[in-house]
This record gives sequence, structure tokens and C-alpha cells, in this order.
Amino acid sequence: MAVFHKTKNLTSKPFHYCPGCTHGIVHRLVAEAIEELGVSEKTIGVAPVGCSVFAYDYFNFDMAEAAHGRAPAMATGIKRVHPDCLVFCYQGDGDLASIGTAETVHAACRGENITIIFINNGIYGMTGGQMAPTTIMGQKATTCPDGRSGINGYPIKICEMLATQEGTYYAERVSTHNVKQVLNAKRAIKKALKNQIDKKGFSIVEVLTNCPTNWHMSPRDSLKYIEEKVIPYYPLGVFKDKDAEVKNA
Amino acid sequence: MARQLIKGNEAIAEAAVRSGCRYYFGYPITPQSEIPEYMSARLPEVGGTFIQAESEISAINMVYGAAAAGGRAMTSSSSPGISLKQEGISYIAASDVPCVIVNVMRAGPGLGGIQPSQGDYFQAVKGGGHGDYKLIVYAPSSVQEAADYTYKAFDVADKYRMPVMILCDGLLGQMMEGVELPPMRDLSQLPQKDWALRGWDGSGERRIINSLRIQPDELERYIDELYRKYDTIKQNETQVEEYLCDDAEIIFASYGIVARICKSAILKLRKMGIKAGLIRPITLFPFPEETFKKHAARDNVKKFVAVELSKGQMVEDVRLAVDGKKPVGFYGRTGGNVMNEDDLASFIAGGK
Amino acid sequence: MTKAKIDREACKGCGLCVDACPKKIISLSKSEINRQGYFPAEITDIEACIGCAMCAIMCPDVCIEVK
Repeated sequence: MAVFHKTKNLTSKPFHYCPGCTHGIVHRLVAEAIEELGVSEKTIGVAPVGCSVFAYDYFNFDMAEAAHGRAPAMATGIKRVHPDCLVFCYQGDGDLASIGTAETVHAACRGENITIIFINNGIYGMTGGQMAPTTIMGQKATTCPDGRSGINGYPIKICEMLATQEGTYYAERVSTHNVKQVLNAKRAIKKALKNQIDKKGFSIVEVLTNCPTNWHMSPRDSLKYIEEKVIPYYPLGVFKDKDAEVKNA
Repeated sequence: MARQLIKGNEAIAEAAVRSGCRYYFGYPITPQSEIPEYMSARLPEVGGTFIQAESEISAINMVYGAAAAGGRAMTSSSSPGISLKQEGISYIAASDVPCVIVNVMRAGPGLGGIQPSQGDYFQAVKGGGHGDYKLIVYAPSSVQEAADYTYKAFDVADKYRMPVMILCDGLLGQMMEGVELPPMRDLSQLPQKDWALRGWDGSGERRIINSLRIQPDELERYIDELYRKYDTIKQNETQVEEYLCDDAEIIFASYGIVARICKSAILKLRKMGIKAGLIRPITLFPFPEETFKKHAARDNVKKFVAVELSKGQMVEDVRLAVDGKKPVGFYGRTGGNVMNEDDLASFIAGGK
Repeated sequence: MTKAKIDREACKGCGLCVDACPKKIISLSKSEINRQGYFPAEITDIEACIGCAMCAIMCPDVCIEVK
């Protein structure tokens, strides 16, 4: 019996992601969690625009490709037609926190019973390294070549913001910068998916990820960068969990 | 079947529900807010879903999702809101997904006015969204037609797997007329959608709803397929009304509410001895070119006059169809103003 | 014995497994590239492998199997 084998919920198509890009890790965690939850055959995923635009080729589910930022709206439509299906969105920081902010916030406020996996690497990878709304202060990008400063505004905090909304059931920020964090991320992702199966409402897991290519770092250094530079601004942890509130009631 | 007095917007909504629409996503905007209001009360009665979305953009994307999952889904808006939906409409058209979109036109451009207009013809017919695609566009001229074509739109959308637009104007949306509403459809009689998202159980093929085709050859092949579909639609779905054209010397070209004004003007003109007639496109796409060509070829036809609530949009398609055989004039009002039959008759009688 | 096995041709030589391995028995080949053009990861001392799967957990390309 294998201790570790590839989940059936990933297709055989090799990922096109850059070497060391943690997209691949998170794809695997989502796919594994769905297999373990026993709902592979009732899952529909919604892919974003960004490096993971081809996610419909990697996840072995019925998949939809949404317009940039609109995955939560598309997922809402899908979920209302198939309320018994597990419907998840997989989105990057441009998709979710820039063009799609309204869709993100309102899906949460509606308490939409979907799960959003938010891949936050503080940069626009696919289009060549422009600043993202989550690019941290001081970080360089092609549209803030001197490093982000006040003239570029301040990085947006999605988990913190969504946590203030009544409709948000669960919001947690996790990371992928070492094995322990990856395992923790899996726990959170699985919980966020299980919440949907249990019809609890809107769940989001914000995953801090890397971009070795556009951060101009080696994969090893990019993981250190998350730990040392990103986490101080984007702390890990649970920002909202109605399960806990219910327990304490 | 009982006739009832009903407002245009509400007739559209009720006809949609009777046609099997169970998913409505929309946003308030004058002059069509009665549609979401009506749907918010009516859909729960039939086990359907109503969401007032956060924006028109979100609404069209919810339609995209629900329709991709096999539901009969609809949205409605008015001109500026339809502008917002254009990206979503292009995506839906490029994914072979059916849906119904209602535009109750108001005066533009910009925030414009709330009174009726026909300023969105280009947007609806020439593609408001990017890329090569078309919508089937119905232009009802009465509350009865608004109900009938909304009802039909869902069937046509499903048959050809594409978005279908009901293009009316604020007058039609707000006016009340006697209507015989179509019967409530038995949803179990609707054909299965073997392409819709459902959760793959491993048998058969996995389903993907997608508009990205990054290889040029693949995209070109797809667009060629789309246009073969549109050719079939031209053969099968073109609808037009010819009113007193047989002996007409001057033929109006107009659609929607303006066509009714033209009919009144025609009766006035005929009393004055001017033989006027009307070609009323009911489908704006596919445009009834053949009807225009037929009449342009007749010796006793002296000219065509397109009449629109705009600066002249459909007139271009009239000119293309007439192909230089006869002169094509134009009479239009904008800003939310609506011409009356006296203005129109004077315009023609004055030799224009 | 539970051991890790790296799919040499699928590996992109990113090195995440190298850092993850608690036994420090993975390194990137210094001399031979795979068909994709990367220097793939290799287990240098399979006897010392404890089958913990930490390499597989970090691998972004799911090229490591542990059984």
C-alpha cells in the first residue's frame, strides 16, 4: 500500500507551472482533500484567469473557466442549479482581490455555500510580473519598479476584510513554505470543503504562495521570502470560524 | 385562454417563468426594475432561484454558471447595464451556452436618460462584446410579442446553444396591454443537456465549459463552426412582418415600438394618397435581408425610410440589404424623445 | 520497506524536495539533464530513506511516489 501516491483527482497532464511554483502543491491538496471527502463524483470546479487558467486541464472534475474575477459569480450560478454538488473556486490575487473583489465580497455576504481557494503570491505571474493588490510594501514588480510604496496604495487584506462580514462562515490564511505549513494548508482546505458539504456557508482559504520567476528568486529563496517577508504583513491563522462561535455560545 | 392586462416588463418575466426559466440574476435599473422585482416574488413560487446580484457584471456571470450547469437562466437590464455585461455575453457565446438576456433600452450614451430609445441596435446586433460572434435578437413590438418571444427565446437558445436577446425599449417595458400568456411548460419535457456541468462520475467524458482556445488553428476552426451555426439560423429563424408593402411606393423600415408609430403614419399617409408600407424586422439578427431585396427590386418602390429612436443604426443594415438599388432615407429621434405619427407623416409628405 | 521514488523525467529540478528531506539524501543531479532540460532530483542513498514522504508532500509536480 502506497504511503504517497498521486490522487485520481488530478489528470495525467503535467503542470505547466514554473519549477518550484507552489500552485502545483495546492492543486494537489485540493484534489486530495476532495478524494478523501468522498465527493469526487459530485464536484465542479471553477478556474480563474491567471497562471492557473488551465486548471480545467489538471483537475479531474467537470470544470468551468470563468471570466477574470468572476469565478464566485459563476460558482453561485452553478451551485444554485446543483446545490448537492461541491463547487469550488480556485483564484489568484488579481482574480480574487483586484477585478473580482466585488464578486468575492458579495459571495461571502450572501453566505453562498461555496469554497474559495485563494492563491496569494503578491504578483501577477501570468502576465509577466506586474504589481498585485497583495504585493507587499517594498516589493518590486514591473508596474512598481522602485518597490511598492505609498503612491501605489496599500496591500489589501482579504481574510481580515471578509471576516467582518456576517455571511463569512470560515476564513483562514495558511502558507506553503515548508512541509509543516503545507500539511496545515491541507487541513484548512479540507475543512473549507467539508463546510460546504455540511451546508455551513461561505468558506475561504487564503494560501500564501510563491512566484520564483517574477520574484526573481530561486524556489528555495522564494519560500524563505514568504516566511520572512510576507507573513509579517499577512499573518497566518483563523480569522473567522463560526464553528468556534457556535461552540462557545 | 384568458387575456390579462399586464405591464411589458412583467409579461416578459412571467413568460420566462412559464417557458421554464428557474434562474434569474439581475440588478435594478430604470426602466426594467419590475423584472427583477417580479422574479423575486414569482421564482420562489415555482421552486426557482432569484438573486439580486451585486452588479450587472456579476449577474451575467451567474447566468453563465447556471446555464453552464444546465439551467434555463436569464438576466435583464437596460442599456448601461447591458454594456457592463458584454464581456460575459462574449464568453457565453464562445462557450456554446444558452441563455436569455433582456435589454429594455433607455436613452444613451452614458448615463443618458430613462426614457425609451433604440440606441443599442449596434451593440445587440453587431456584437457589443469583443470577437466574432452573434446573438439571436428579437425585437417585439407589443406586450404580447414581448411575452411570446421571451417564451420562444429559451427554446431557441437551447436549440442553438447560444445567448438570445430580447431587445425592447422603455415604452414597451412600462406600457400595459391585453396579453394572452403562454402555458406553463412541463420541465420534465425539456430535452436533456448532455454537455452541461453536473459532477463527473467517471463514466463517459468529463465536461468542461470554456471559451479559451489558445491555439490559433483551434480557435479559427471553432469560429468557423460558430458561423456555420449562424448560417443555419439565418435559414431557419429569420422573422419579419410586411405591412401594406404589396403596392407601397415608400417603405418604412422600423422595429419595436417605432413600428407601431409607423403603421399609424402609414394609415395617415394613405389617406393623403401616399402609398406607404412597412417592413418590420422581428429578428434583428438574423436580419431579413431577403425581404428588403425583394422590395428593392420592385419598380414601383421609390424609396425606403428607416425610422429609429437613434441617430441611425438599423438604417445601415437596410442600406446594405437594398444595396444601392433604391434610396434609403432616415428619420430619427433621440434623447428619450419618441416621434409621433404626425411628425412622421409630415416628414414623408414634405417630400423627404 | 517504504521508499520514495522520483520520476526523473517529470522532475523540474526545483529543489523543494532537497530542502524538505529530513535525511538530506536528495540532491539535484549535477551532470545529467532530463528530457525537459532540467537537472532532476535524485535520491543519493536509498537505504537511508525512511519513507516519510516529506519530499512528496513538497513536490509541486507530484513526481514522487512513496511505497
